[in-house]
Amino acid sequence: MRGCLAVYQRELLILKKKFWRQTASMCVAPLLYLIAFGFGVGKDLQVDGRSYMEFLIPGLVAMSSMTQAFAIASEINIARFYWRIFEEFQAAPIRNIAYVTGEVLAGITRALFSVALILFIGLLSGVVLSYGLLFWLAVVLNSFLFASMAVCMAMLVRSHADQALLTNFFITPMAFLGGTFFPVDHMPLWAQKILNFLPLTHAAQSVRASSFGQTPELHSYVLLAALGLALFVLAFHCVNKAKD
Amino acid sequence: MIRIEGLTKHFKKVQALKGIDLHVMEGELFAYLGPNGSGKTTTIRILTGLSKPTSGDAYLHGFHILRETLQAKRQCGLVPQSINLDHELTVYENLNIHGKLFQMPRRVRSERIEEMLHYVDIADRRSTPIKHLSGGMKRRVMIARALMHAPKILFLDEPTVGLDPKIRRRIWSLVKKIQQNGSTIFLTTHYIEEAEFLAQRVAFLDEGRIIALDKPQNLMDRLGKWAVDKIVEGEMETTYHASREGANAHILRQVGSLSVRRVNLEDVFISVTGKKVQP
Repeated sequence: MRGCLAVYQRELLILKKKFWRQTASMCVAPLLYLIAFGFGVGKDLQVDGRSYMEFLIPGLVAMSSMTQAFAIASEINIARFYWRIFEEFQAAPIRNIAYVTGEVLAGITRALFSVALILFIGLLSGVVLSYGLLFWLAVVLNSFLFASMAVCMAMLVRSHADQALLTNFFITPMAFLGGTFFPVDHMPLWAQKILNFLPLTHAAQSVRASSFGQTPELHSYVLLAALGLALFVLAFHCVNKAKD
Repeated sequence: MIRIEGLTKHFKKVQALKGIDLHVMEGELFAYLGPNGSGKTTTIRILTGLSKPTSGDAYLHGFHILRETLQAKRQCGLVPQSINLDHELTVYENLNIHGKLFQMPRRVRSERIEEMLHYVDIADRRSTPIKHLSGGMKRRVMIARALMHAPKILFLDEPTVGLDPKIRRRIWSLVKKIQQNGSTIFLTTHYIEEAEFLAQRVAFLDEGRIIALDKPQNLMDRLGKWAVDKIVEGEMETTYHASREGANAHILRQVGSLSVRRVNLEDVFISVTGKKVQP
């Protein structure tokens, strides 16, 4: 447990050192999407009886929790390939599960912080929604899933450049197709079936439904939790494999 | 203190270690010498838990490195070849994180950090980010970090590589001091003079095998005390002699450019392998 806290505290310390840079960087993408899609394209648009801004903010919450939780992969990669800090963790008397837990917790923390920033930006834009327990549960499960995925990927890649490729192939398409900017049920049936395989689709639907005060689908939460757990176990195995 | 039995390591088609047997005694400063790619770092990586052996056993202070991994790791401190400090963090923060990783209680940790900062003479830089330190200072921080949890065994993997001679001497003094305080030190190097100056025993490693193992003086004495170098058609030819008189007599019989010097460990390595230790 202490080993896990040490890994987590190190990541928080790094985050603290780069606080203003990180905060500004976390705000850039959501702000651009808000300006371009919220104020620009969606100014007079209504989706399912709500303004497009109200529709967009929960989508951005889901997307940002995904990208920021996944961004821990870059931090791990820099520590592994550039600063070689990973060796310090591997030589310490801590179990691999403690290392994975510490990194995943750091990913979730980053994600929660970015979500808080989006909610603040939303508030400034006059969007106030309901942020109850189910909302935060969806955010945490989504962050857990993508932080676990990040640890897996960070262990599997052989260089920092490979990491960028994975982001381009997995995260960016998901960000645009996972129900962030448009309702998935407006797509053709065949596309809906495909998009329903994306975890972000379920996260976006759950976050959106809960923030609208509706009851989200239980199966989305189960799916996010199950997939997150599977990736967490996989991350543990990947750390074991990364030794050589 | 360190016991290695039949240790092998294969990387796909490359056999990095071909059966290492070794026993390093408590309080000993042991040098593991060999050219690049001979398996020095691989041995250290296995012993410190960074890599898994293909076969064989190793014990650190009685703890098996695979069956009692966590206990074995607690026995050792590691100073790896590459600088692996958190460059964004300060000297103090780097040591503090290490202390946390080794589950040291807060009070013990703070006291030990102060002690180590003074021990490696870097106390005035405690609040400096690592990125603002020189190469020699970074090495000293790494040594301080490796000693934070008071390990019984210290692994130094090429601790002076890339450092200028003055800083190198300073690190040597520090290593001597650590050993005099009772630690067992396992040092890898390809600097012959480093091993000669520091080590009580030396193992020569070549292509994954230990090819010679003894006290430096014993190894050198087997060749003789004096060496005469002669350049023949661009190649160095060396002969070894038990006495200076013998070396002088040999010189008188030769024609051309000759020089006489003391036998060193490099001579031993060349005589055993036919190649130089330096990469």
